Amino acid sequence: MLGLLGPNGAGKSTTMRMLTGQTRPTAGSIQVLGFDVKTESKQARALMGVVPQIDNLDTDLTVEQNLMMFAVLYRVPRRERQQAVERALGIAQLIDRRDSKVTELSGGMKRRLLIARGLVHQPELVLLDEPTVGLDPQVRQELWSLIDGLRTQGTTVLMSTHYIEEAERLADDVAVMSHGSIVARGSPRDLRVQHVGERATEFYGPPERLARIAEAAKSAGLASRRTGPSIAVLRSESAPGDVLAAMGDGVHRPATLEDVFVLLTGEVLE
Amino acid sequence: MSAPTQTSRTTRRYEWATFEGVWNREFTLFKRFWLSTTISSVVQPIIYLFAFGLGVGTLVSQVDGISYVEFVGTGSVATAVLFASAFPGMFNTYVRRVFQRTYDALLAAPVSVDELALAEATWIAAKAGFYGSFPLIVTFFFGLTPTWGMLLVPIVGFVTGLGFAFFGMWVGATIKTIEQTTYITSIVLTPLFLVAGTFFPISNLPPGLQVAAQFNPLYHCVELVRAACFGWDLPADLYNFAFLVGFALIMWFVAVRALRTRLVD
Repeated sequence: MLGLLGPNGAGKSTTMRMLTGQTRPTAGSIQVLGFDVKTESKQARALMGVVPQIDNLDTDLTVEQNLMMFAVLYRVPRRERQQAVERALGIAQLIDRRDSKVTELSGGMKRRLLIARGLVHQPELVLLDEPTVGLDPQVRQELWSLIDGLRTQGTTVLMSTHYIEEAERLADDVAVMSHGSIVARGSPRDLRVQHVGERATEFYGPPERLARIAEAAKSAGLASRRTGPSIAVLRSESAPGDVLAAMGDGVHRPATLEDVFVLLTGEVLE
Repeated sequence: MSAPTQTSRTTRRYEWATFEGVWNREFTLFKRFWLSTTISSVVQPIIYLFAFGLGVGTLVSQVDGISYVEFVGTGSVATAVLFASAFPGMFNTYVRRVFQRTYDALLAAPVSVDELALAEATWIAAKAGFYGSFPLIVTFFFGLTPTWGMLLVPIVGFVTGLGFAFFGMWVGATIKTIEQTTYITSIVLTPLFLVAGTFFPISNLPPGLQVAAQFNPLYHCVELVRAACFGWDLPADLYNFAFLVGFALIMWFVAVRALRTRLVD
């Protein structure tokens, strides 16, 4: 599972649309599973499953009919279609809602159905575009376990997200995106170790104090970043004890991908 | 990642899966709404026949050698075909493109814009050909005599409907707000069905409009329907048919191009 992590406008959805041939690149070429997207996009799309960020379920159809339509479009052989639909209903946990109209589903159910629709033909590669955007934390947890299940089964997944926690929990490999390009890539752990170390120490206080700490960190060769009301000194585990002590009382916390992201791009997520 | 096999590389421009998927979907909706569609398809020509046929018919007994009721009854086929094709083309395309975004979902699957447009337009055209023939059946009860030639009317309706379905899809792909459909309805569609020889013969029109009517696909549709009912004039009718085929081909090209511009960026 590769996670594309970046703020809105970084080019995550555009990347996804280019992989399905729905947005044409201005330069360069794209190969998906051995197919050139420019000339063989239909073959490439047949092997992919796409879960879009926006809900584009067919509101005129029921849950089961939505899945059946895509089983047909993805060329699931006639004899296997019903079985494929049942399997997808199971993934979406909507077996008892099969005859419901899409408009009667909750936000979480719709998202589960969107994911199942992208999996109905057991694709080799799944594109998940912001799979949990705009959902309650509780629903997000449910979806995470669903997505994690995919990874366990060995499906290749490309997921875009602007939620740090999502990338951290689900992605084996993270590509940090900013303004259309990848600025860093690696496992969440490697990215942390490489760019921000194990630990960050946060200091709170009036602006003058935060400015003084930033200055002290800078002269000691430590990176720091503002996090709203506080300042975080990164890689504090390797800071000389006296430098840290001079900064006063701080709160230690493990380094996060967000530290990596802000350090590399100077941008803030959300 | 496995290398693609040789068989999976070959692909045709138009593949069955899209047509099966789109037609299945439309058939599912049709099964839900067939009763209301059928009732309105029967009621509408009855209204025309009463309003024009029995109203104007008291002033005009015959037009071009046929009773006015039969004149309006056969002319209403074109109106029915137009309504059953241009409107679904326009609204379905706009709604699926902008509100439901289902076109985006379909094009992420192995579906091309060409396949999608042809699958949707042929379904609309088939419905237009079928329901477009209802005015004839209604007019039987007002004295129209059935002929074998009338069996060709659904085909005329299909070809006309295909052109107007693509016309509607072109509009639905081009407009920016759904309100703009009212311009199309009042500025384009209403004149088209009034100046088609539906309710009065175009020979009554000023010469300029008579020439304009020659470029109106609905006029050629009306001519063919009347020929099927009252007798063929072969060279002229082949021309009428060729005109409708040409109209459908041009609109097909225009609609697909507009949809591709809008759906693939």
